[in-house]
Amino acid sequence: MIRTFKILRFNLEKDKKPHFQNYQTECPPGYTVLDVLYDIKGLQDGTLSYRRSCRSGVCGSCGMKINGVNLLACKTQVESLKKKVIHVEPLPGFPVMRDLIVDLTPFWEKLENIKPYLINHTPPPTTERYQSAEDQLKIEEATWCILCNCCTSSCPSLWANKEYLGPAALLKAYRFVFDSRDEGAEERYKVLNTKSGLWRCHTIFNCMDACPQEINITEYISKLKTRVVSERY
Amino acid sequence: MTHIHDVVIIGAGLAGMRAALEASKVADVAVITKLYPSRSHSGAAQGGIAATLKNVDSDDCIEFHMFDTVKGSDYLGDQDAIENLCNEAPEVIYETEHMGVPYSRTPEGKIAQRKFGGHSLHHGKVAANRACYAADYTGHVLLHTFFEQCIKQRVRFYSEFQAVGLIVVDNRCLGIVAWDIQKGGLHVFHAKATMFATGGYGRVFKITSNAHASTGDGLALCLRAGLPLEDMEFVQFHPTGLYKQGILLSEGARGEGAYLLNGLNERFMERYAPTLMELAPRDMVSRSIQTEILEGRGAGPKKDHVWLDIRHIGEKRIAAVIPQIRSLCLNFGGVDPIKQPIPIQTTAHYSMGGIPVTCDGRVIYDEKNSLVEGLYAAGECACVSVHGANRLGTNSLLDATANGRRTGRTIANDIGKLKLNALPENPMEDTQERIGRVAGSTGREKVIHIRHDLRDSMEENCGVFRSGERLQKQKQILKDLLERYRQIKIDDQSKVFNTDIMEALELGYMLEFSELIVEGALRRTESRGAHSRTDFPKRDDVNWLNHTLAWRDASGQIRFGSKPVVIKNYQPMERKY
Repeated sequence: MIRTFKILRFNLEKDKKPHFQNYQTECPPGYTVLDVLYDIKGLQDGTLSYRRSCRSGVCGSCGMKINGVNLLACKTQVESLKKKVIHVEPLPGFPVMRDLIVDLTPFWEKLENIKPYLINHTPPPTTERYQSAEDQLKIEEATWCILCNCCTSSCPSLWANKEYLGPAALLKAYRFVFDSRDEGAEERYKVLNTKSGLWRCHTIFNCMDACPQEINITEYISKLKTRVVSERY
Repeated sequence: MTHIHDVVIIGAGLAGMRAALEASKVADVAVITKLYPSRSHSGAAQGGIAATLKNVDSDDCIEFHMFDTVKGSDYLGDQDAIENLCNEAPEVIYETEHMGVPYSRTPEGKIAQRKFGGHSLHHGKVAANRACYAADYTGHVLLHTFFEQCIKQRVRFYSEFQAVGLIVVDNRCLGIVAWDIQKGGLHVFHAKATMFATGGYGRVFKITSNAHASTGDGLALCLRAGLPLEDMEFVQFHPTGLYKQGILLSEGARGEGAYLLNGLNERFMERYAPTLMELAPRDMVSRSIQTEILEGRGAGPKKDHVWLDIRHIGEKRIAAVIPQIRSLCLNFGGVDPIKQPIPIQTTAHYSMGGIPVTCDGRVIYDEKNSLVEGLYAAGECACVSVHGANRLGTNSLLDATANGRRTGRTIANDIGKLKLNALPENPMEDTQERIGRVAGSTGREKVIHIRHDLRDSMEENCGVFRSGERLQKQKQILKDLLERYRQIKIDDQSKVFNTDIMEALELGYMLEFSELIVEGALRRTESRGAHSRTDFPKRDDVNWLNHTLAWRDASGQIRFGSKPVVIKNYQPMERKY
């Protein structure tokens, strides 16, 4: 069936502020929002810009706001939206570079701040470091994060304070602090246990609703809070 | 703008980042990627990475892995490169674990391993548990771990820069030209050493597991710089792509015991590979699926697909070891595989061919293995050749990681001897002219139409089964498409995020190297591995036990040469499973 897509457009070389542009397009069964953007760009308007790559929900490129909710365009069936008019906007909370593309620089900087890598000062054995299946399970789901930032940009605490680390960076911190092989917790607490750190999470749960990987982000952040409290206070 | 680095690596998937981790120990390294590193397509790999760790099968050994890889390659793999790959595999995997890869674990806490197609114990007797895995997110966690290590080691990334030109003068590589996607504008990256790790080109086919970004950019840039490509006719079609979408459903499912069923509910692999059944190598399974469909035993109203059935594995085990498969089926196919079989079809997946390199990752430019000084390649874009005519599952993550590391070490060794040779007077001239021509295109043809005609026709005429007649037809279609490409229309004239121009450039790349795939397939009058000719159904070792080299000159003329296969311990034998 034919649907109307209202897409928020912005080109800093031409526009003073963003504006919605309407496109009508045929959406056969099984069509995703990414399929629609692809068709509009190819057939109607080559100037429409958006990020995409894997189209199977694992690369994290195509996070955007669709009818008010942060979603991956590739993973969103048009039929599931149950509306004739569909609004598509860039992820909120980040500066817009063009159309549906936001500047993720602030996120990448925060990610670096939490030291997002295994820290282990003990020389490794000649084989693998052993880890129990139980310990691996503590971090497994958290390692499925695709850094799409649907969560970060859905967080009211981040909207209120742009310095806040945000859920995706905190989830990455959890993934290492709770990894039985990691020895870097103390170093990370210095970043987590600050004004713009862990305590800005007010357990609003938006991040969990937004996560296309269905990761229990808020729960992991809460565990991180408990750990910091028990070790630091 | 000109940037100077010791090393510039194009591509931030497993091969590019693994090489960067080695080379950056001694040199100043820049990695250029048209995405962000965590978006690279290595992250879509699901099932596992091969290594003889013996964590499950105590009687596995490295020699079995070598034999399986050689046999899987239909004897076109170079056995020196395969020896390196299999010998290095355990150490390479342990390193990734030390870096933090969150592998699934055995009850004792070792890296978990499972079965995968074509991997066996005792030369084909029984399937081997050799694939190390992290549920079905193995590529994803490797990619993220390498990215994390690059952050730790302060590797310089130029994200959202697209390589658009390669600077080679007198067989000496001096760097590349790249387009800044975020801001617009050309940049020269002047380097002592340049490495391609740009991945595959599945996007030339209609049904593909590959990302939109998998357009073979590095291959096209080499070709335009007058360098040859190797074995381009060998394209792997993965047996289990989600019906109509082509989205990858890991072979890990069959490693966990999944069945393939035809429209009559028969486990049809019994007819084609009675010992390994569903775990036969991919080329055989894909041909078997196509044969079932062609002979009228397909499923569904159009009888155009078959079933992958994982129901008997059980909800609990599925959630533990192949959770992504279920979510992909639910989200993209509208099927819950716990309750229903999954409709699947073959999907273009992996390019065995690519930029010809030595075992150490140095790019060569002729049949005598002469070196292009300062140019390197690894991963899917390269042809070492460890995969020959057909790659085994889990050997690609291994190839990207092991040969990424190896090539990074080669660069680290070479860098002291390499000088920063002077650039030609205007190194951007050709690229500038080409981009200007594309940007100023005001013809009638839409890029999307040519792209669809390319991938539909490649699927139709150059897919799992090929014939001289079909390939001749495709050769002409490509000529027509190249002609139409001269008449394209570009809508977008902005600088910031002009993906209109970038997509048009990528289409140009794909049209050019598709000619090598088709003409290479036409020239190779035999069936070997993934290249299957209905008019030449037998392997022909007398005439074709050699690698194809192909060049394409500026006028579009293609010239072929060949290179012997390196044979050491394993003489070609008939391939049965």
